[in-house]
Amino acid sequence: MAFSKVLFTLLVFSGYWVRSHRRMVPAQRSAQANLSGAKDAFKVRLSLKTALGDKAYTWNENEEYLFKAMVAFSIRTFSSREKIEISNVLLCNVTKRVSFWFVVTDPSENQTVPAGEVQGAIRMNRNRINNAFILNDQTLEFLEIPATLGPPTEPSTPIWVIIFSVVFCLVIVGIVLLIVSGIRQRRRKSKASTEMTDVEDKCETMVTIENGIPCDTLDSKEGRTNRAFAAGDEKLTPL
Amino acid sequence: MNKPNSKWKWAGLAAVSGWAGRALEITTKAHRQAPRNPGTRRHHRLGVSGKPREPIGSALGAAMVEMEKARPVWNNPLQFVFACISYAVGLGNVWRFPYLCQMYGGGGFLIPYIIMLVVEGMPLLYLELAVGQRMRQGSIGAWNTISPYLRGVGIASVVVSFFLSMYYNVINAWAFWYLFHSFQDPLPWSSCPLNSNLTSYDEECEKASSTQYFWYRKTLNISPSIEENGGIQWEQALCLILAWLVVYLCILRGTESTGKVVYVTASLPYCVLIIYLVRGLTLHGAINGLAYMFTPKIEQLANPQTWINAATQIFFSLGLGFGSLIAFASYNEPSNNCQKHAIIVSLINSSTSIFASIVTFSIYGFKATFNYENCINKVILLLTNTFDLEDGFLTPGNLEETKDYLASAYPTEYSKIFPDIKNCSLESELDTAVQGTGLSFIVYTEAIKNMEVSQLWSVLYFVMLLMLGIGSMLGNTAAILTPLTDSNTISSRLPKEAISGLVCLISCAIGLVFTMEAGNYWFDIFNDYAATLSLLLIVLVETIAICYVYGLKRFENDLQVMTGCKPNWYWKIIWAFVSPLLIIGLFIFYLTDYILKGTLQYQAWDATQGQLVTRDYPNYALAVIGLLVASSTMCIPLVALGTFIMNRWKKGKTVSV
Repeated sequence: MAFSKVLFTLLVFSGYWVRSHRRMVPAQRSAQANLSGAKDAFKVRLSLKTALGDKAYTWNENEEYLFKAMVAFSIRTFSSREKIEISNVLLCNVTKRVSFWFVVTDPSENQTVPAGEVQGAIRMNRNRINNAFILNDQTLEFLEIPATLGPPTEPSTPIWVIIFSVVFCLVIVGIVLLIVSGIRQRRRKSKASTEMTDVEDKCETMVTIENGIPCDTLDSKEGRTNRAFAAGDEKLTPL
Repeated sequence: MNKPNSKWKWAGLAAVSGWAGRALEITTKAHRQAPRNPGTRRHHRLGVSGKPREPIGSALGAAMVEMEKARPVWNNPLQFVFACISYAVGLGNVWRFPYLCQMYGGGGFLIPYIIMLVVEGMPLLYLELAVGQRMRQGSIGAWNTISPYLRGVGIASVVVSFFLSMYYNVINAWAFWYLFHSFQDPLPWSSCPLNSNLTSYDEECEKASSTQYFWYRKTLNISPSIEENGGIQWEQALCLILAWLVVYLCILRGTESTGKVVYVTASLPYCVLIIYLVRGLTLHGAINGLAYMFTPKIEQLANPQTWINAATQIFFSLGLGFGSLIAFASYNEPSNNCQKHAIIVSLINSSTSIFASIVTFSIYGFKATFNYENCINKVILLLTNTFDLEDGFLTPGNLEETKDYLASAYPTEYSKIFPDIKNCSLESELDTAVQGTGLSFIVYTEAIKNMEVSQLWSVLYFVMLLMLGIGSMLGNTAAILTPLTDSNTISSRLPKEAISGLVCLISCAIGLVFTMEAGNYWFDIFNDYAATLSLLLIVLVETIAICYVYGLKRFENDLQVMTGCKPNWYWKIIWAFVSPLLIIGLFIFYLTDYILKGTLQYQAWDATQGQLVTRDYPNYALAVIGLLVASSTMCIPLVALGTFIMNRWKKGKTVSV
């Protein structure tokens, strides 16, 4: 734990040293203007490790060159200042973060390009600048230049209406089928029951009316011998 | 006549074969086409020998034959069990029980829950099923049979069921809405919409979260208070109409169609819950939620609120007192073993609650861990940007010591950003206990949007909610329709389909109130007050009526005659003494709670702050609450009084004549 504290202190102080060292480098005269006024300067912040993980490249002077080129390109296309060169874009205060400040000067007018123009230019070409560094709006931040957020794509008919209509139609079809089949069933039943009641009446007459005695008890299928007439048969002699 | 029985058999066969050939053809055709209708059962029951199978007393036997002629029955006992499960297992198991478990002692809450299940849930469920099976009529007819003065109990049940079905189907409408929106990539509640100049996100959405914004703004379009009614949201109205059409489709043909639908509505939620269990347990951070929930906090057992909440949860979860259980049981065969079924249904209901809370808590754990890690990452980003540290230097591991170091080394800058450094705590994330619609539509959707293939999980989840909701709706509508179809005055004039259609139409029309901008506030009123007090009173009167008015011995004998087994001493003691006392205790608790609270308040959504604020109900809302409670509870004494006056008047007429 003590070791990590020492390492951390070294890192922070090295950051400060790099900054102060840069101050000593005889940069362009207008580097002094970066720090004091910072009127038309913008801070940029990159999060390379967050965006790319193991494939993160190191930030060195070549990357800074590319950045200056992209900014110069943006200013040229946005405000058609044809004379802007890469050397007109000034970077300073580069930290380990990685973050730095930049400002754009216009040699023909011998002053810095106003902040509004720089802002408009960056906004217009933000996508291309991001892609040049394989970063996105969150990992390549221009502080005080809000990114234009892309709205989510909306299809012409909302999807939920389509699915709703499908389910709705299915349910209506189901209801109609059930009602119609129920009506048909009821008609058949009432027809059958009227016929059944006719038959039942017939059956009842067939079954019950036999001198008022139900046929079941009389066992009409097998027949019964009436003993009163049994003797009569024996009297008849065969021919 | 050597064998009288065989002679009877032959006589019967002769009678049948003696009919004209055409008559025979027609009768068999009619039997084949008619639905399974106890018109045919009469022959089975009486047998060809002409003697009834069971030794039923003559009056009861004749009554049963009479009623049997027209009453539809379940195709098999499994349909009945599934219908009860589908009705009892509803949204409360998913969104109320986990909340109670978390608030009242975690794993320790299971102790009062199981005790209340055995002491209160099972006996009362058995009582209702037995009443329905014995009386073979809906709630109004059943209580009328027990005593004409008690018809008010049945009417109160129907009124409460009507209120419930009005507002409950709105939940199904919301589930449909979310289901239809789940077929998009990305999910609409996963990110905030942009503001007008496309520079940042919508303000309300930033202050709240994207899921809360989708629920309060896009779904409900809620107004700041109950006084501002707003207009009907046409999207919600369409979803409500669709929900009612689906319910109508399921109840259209009575038990015939309901019996088939409950196979799906009872079993599908379990499939989805199992899938979610497997997914939930494999999520990163699920263990945190489960450990948090199941560590028992035994000291909560000393809190009387724990026991009261366990009792009310069992009571309302089983759906006692609505008349739905009586309606379902009235379509049973009298010999059905309802004791076994009562035990099975109550056990399945409680174990589903516990199962659902396991799933819910693994989802909670995932969400809390996700938010905790996000919070830590935000703090890391803030520190990295303020002190221009190297990207990737700060990790969750060395965050604390680095913070201390920075505080001591650069005190001025650190104190500037100190208010923004939130102390991220996993405990506080897990502590956010939510219940009700907030749990289902805000918390769960937040967890789902962070899973992979979130569309699939979203669709599964809302299909499950729909099945649970529709299953409960089937029971509610059965409670209303069974008494209506039983009464001869109505059912002779209108066919079954028309009665169901009318009930659905009226409930849908009134339910459109809940689709207005202030509709969610009215929904909360109905949810909190329409059913609670009234049900307690209804079940109390039911228990006392069976035990003391009808007579416990008479009921016991009826059950033995019907099912063949006598209810043992345990059930009788609980019915006669324990349950009434318990319900009276709950009733007193609720009343004192309302009285002590003073003015009733509600939670209103404040769009400017992006959170809920507490407001008082206006006077007309309080009047509506009073009306809701009074209209169902007053049925019982008013109808008793009315019957008494009618009887007196009739007696007076006959005496004077």
